[in-house]
Amino acid sequence: MKRVIEGSHAVAEAVRLARAKVISAYPITPQTHIVEILSEYCAGGTMDARFLRVESEHSALAALIGAQSCGVRTFTATSSQGLALMHELLHWTSGARLPIVMAEVNRALAPGWNIWTDQTDSLAQRDTGWIQLYCEDGQEVLDSVLQAYRLAERVYLPVMVVLDAFYLSHTYEPVDVPSEEDVDRFLPPYEPRFQADTENPCAFGQLVPPGAYMKMRHNIAMAMEEALVCLREIQEEFYGIFQRRYDPVETICCNDAEIILVTSGTATSTCRLVLRSLRNRGEKVGILKMKLFRPFPAAMVREATSRAKKIAVIDRNFSFGASGIFAQELRAALCNTPGHPPIFGYIAGIGGLDITMELLEEIYWKTRDTAFPEKESVWMGV
Amino acid sequence: MQLDAKDNEYMYSGHVGCPGCGAAIAMRLTLKALGDKIIVVLPACCWSIIAGSYPQSALKVPVIHSAFETGGAVASGVRAALDVKGDSETTVVTWAGDGGTFDIGFQALSGAVERNEDFIYVCYDNEAYMNTGVQRSSSTPYGAWTTTTPGREWKKMRKKNIVEALVAHRIPYAATANIAFPEDLVRKVRKSKEMKGSRFIHIYASCPTGWRIPSEMSVKIARMAVQTNIFPLYEVENGIQYTINYKPKEYLVREYFKLQGRFRHLSDKDLDQIQEMVNEDWELLLRKAGERV
Repeated sequence: MKRVIEGSHAVAEAVRLARAKVISAYPITPQTHIVEILSEYCAGGTMDARFLRVESEHSALAALIGAQSCGVRTFTATSSQGLALMHELLHWTSGARLPIVMAEVNRALAPGWNIWTDQTDSLAQRDTGWIQLYCEDGQEVLDSVLQAYRLAERVYLPVMVVLDAFYLSHTYEPVDVPSEEDVDRFLPPYEPRFQADTENPCAFGQLVPPGAYMKMRHNIAMAMEEALVCLREIQEEFYGIFQRRYDPVETICCNDAEIILVTSGTATSTCRLVLRSLRNRGEKVGILKMKLFRPFPAAMVREATSRAKKIAVIDRNFSFGASGIFAQELRAALCNTPGHPPIFGYIAGIGGLDITMELLEEIYWKTRDTAFPEKESVWMGV
Repeated sequence: MQLDAKDNEYMYSGHVGCPGCGAAIAMRLTLKALGDKIIVVLPACCWSIIAGSYPQSALKVPVIHSAFETGGAVASGVRAALDVKGDSETTVVTWAGDGGTFDIGFQALSGAVERNEDFIYVCYDNEAYMNTGVQRSSSTPYGAWTTTTPGREWKKMRKKNIVEALVAHRIPYAATANIAFPEDLVRKVRKSKEMKGSRFIHIYASCPTGWRIPSEMSVKIARMAVQTNIFPLYEVENGIQYTINYKPKEYLVREYFKLQGRFRHLSDKDLDQIQEMVNEDWELLLRKAGERV
């Protein structure tokens, strides 16, 4: 049924439909609308779940680590400072192979205080062993949360579903909220491969010598690779029931494109309009929308950009002392491909600054009119 | 009271604690009292090592090892999961050291007991960060040497009164216990197991390595901590009802202090001052228990 709801509500509806059993969260703007609705669902009996109102984000994730270790489906949501506070336990979650799902609302990190969108918070967690899915609109948010559970519980790694602050979290859009029956067909109850059990007492996460530790880490690396394959299979199953599909990277008019603009999050929607306008004027432009960031879909990126002359990456984030993070990842993915197109890095929309059609068009012209990138990153609008 | 728990062993002898480890004794007694229908949450502490290395475990109960500061929070999640699974039989027990309780884990513990989460939190207290090589914690007593309070920089602050901090949360049950008083310890753990809500047990667990004492003195010195009123045995119900379990007979603190290398540097004047502090704390406790000073 189509409903006009916020991106935050789309998350909450998906968590309801996924029948999460333990939810734990600490409030931070702009995540609050997610957990407010889930609180109501738990209090009113709409959901058969326990909601833990803990005293910090660190404890929110710690509580889920405890709950998920006992074999139940869990959920949390956070943003910015909250995610940074969770950092230690992000590593713990993947190391413990717990399929926890989190919604992360991209918000700028302080100081100065800024509640608006910026991807540095989630991208800075790239090495923690969490799968990261970036979303463009409310429908994709809802669908991604459902897919996240399937993926997490398949490869035993946690998944972060990422959405832009306000542009997505607080924006009302029509979203098709599927029926419980259809979601149950797609997402069966969680059947844990291991759990704390008094009948079969085991130690979880104990002291481990170097050889076994390295093997465990290698297993995580392999699970990440497996996730790439699984995500595509899960997409096909999802399509079979809901007739919607999201590729790890979405290519829009890339086949004949000379310049490919690489985007993520809500900026992609704006870019679609820019693409239409430029194409109408005869410009051979394409878009590569990055949905999956971890595991990084390097082979898909190489394939999608193999015919382009130039690549322009729009990063709403920055790694100080280096460059935009998506740009770094693309460079790493392409560096061993002889004759790959040059990669132009643009920094835009930091701290919630609007990424307008005009700005994206300016990026396009700059890229078209420059033979080769003069520096790693060009800051737009500074 | 007869200690009738000698046949129930939930801890294997092959643990890797130091000789004379008070924390190992504390665990063994606590498990005897609790039985095997428990899930243990074990934030970083000496016991992260004592429990043994993969693929072995020194404990016959499920253990969820967890990050240093998460003892209260992980247990909250375990309890929530058991509740939604309809398991009201299994008891959730956090087993943490003084660092993980008094210092880095205090926030999560305070949060959990404010919510009155249904679990038992046991702090075995060896009065410093022993696992990392004897660094001072807020549980380290006044006067103690540690590797981070060396020489003339010996600790000049009082030990944090963790039980009173927990009592201030008005939890159903808070108690002290001591490895040298096994009947009292087992009784308190069993009593707490029959209750609901947040229960806190503070176990005095001597550390021969960190206290600079011979391993065979471990239990004796723990006993003297009670006999000197340095570590009184008492319990508090609902944050109000104080019961003192043991009334010592005029032992002087200096007898306890003189036996331990960690206090070797203290002068007679220092020990007199410590005696006054101990007397003051004891009188305060007597008043709270409604007894004559």
